[in-house]
Amino acid sequence: MTVTLFAFYLFAFTAILSGFFVVIARNPVHSVLWLILTFFSAAGLFVLMGAEYVAMLLAIVYVGAVAVLFLFVVMMLDVDFVELKSGMQKYFLIGAAIGIVLLMEIGMIIGHWNVAPEAGSLLQSPTPSLDDAHNTLALGQIIYTQYIYLFQIAGLILLTAMIGAIVLTLRHRTDVKRQNVVDQMQRDPAKSLDMINVKPGQGL
Amino acid sequence: MISVEHYLAVAAVLFVIGIFGIFLNRKNVIVILMSIELMLLAVNINFVAFSTHLGDLTGQVFTLFVLTVAAAEAAIGLAILVCFFRVRGTIAVEDINVMKG
Repeated sequence: MTVTLFAFYLFAFTAILSGFFVVIARNPVHSVLWLILTFFSAAGLFVLMGAEYVAMLLAIVYVGAVAVLFLFVVMMLDVDFVELKSGMQKYFLIGAAIGIVLLMEIGMIIGHWNVAPEAGSLLQSPTPSLDDAHNTLALGQIIYTQYIYLFQIAGLILLTAMIGAIVLTLRHRTDVKRQNVVDQMQRDPAKSLDMINVKPGQGL
Repeated sequence: MISVEHYLAVAAVLFVIGIFGIFLNRKNVIVILMSIELMLLAVNINFVAFSTHLGDLTGQVFTLFVLTVAAAEAAIGLAILVCFFRVRGTIAVEDINVMKG
């Protein structure tokens, strides 16, 4: 029990601290690295909650794809990030004020809520006991049956995002020499070679 | 046992940090996108916390879809950013005013 509690506080404080460093780091590359740490800590929290599948998904999708994408873009763009940071002090106070007010509001909600008495009968897909199916199996059993259409739409969203990103970033530069395969294949010796019979001592 | 309120508190703090980050980095689109990712992560923690607390797997399925949309959003957002940088040579938010929006 104490190990669980210790792990919870470890992951929670790591997530919050690294999340804070994401927004205040001066260098965006450091921001991305803190973001990766945040995602890992959140994955640890998910494992503590018993949602292993989502935890692994977070590690693979967020850390493996999204964070690396951020890292690529940050390193690819040649931007003066120091200049972009210049207004930070100006917005620090108002940002902190709004954040504290929002945190207090959310804190009030968290302090005073209770589960509706009929909540037990409203469950869409009750979690099976661990002896019947572990988390991943149980999720698969409802994603591929009950939520199959939503699952397909999620795939379509990803496809759209992929096509959109390719269309947005693809560009055909006109100032570079490119290989034209059709041109190359239609060349024949009759057009490209010219045989000249040079008589001795005359030159061309 | 760790109660669900513990997780909700962590998620709330992460969400507020995300909003704080948007205020703090008003010029840097990349950090704004990262702050949005933080907020989506907080929402996901909420979903999973309630899912395991109430014993309903639907919350975790929803988390899956939030994750999908977040990944798509990051990809499109960064693609737009790269396009914009190519045209204007900067990513400062204040320079995105050609359309007078």
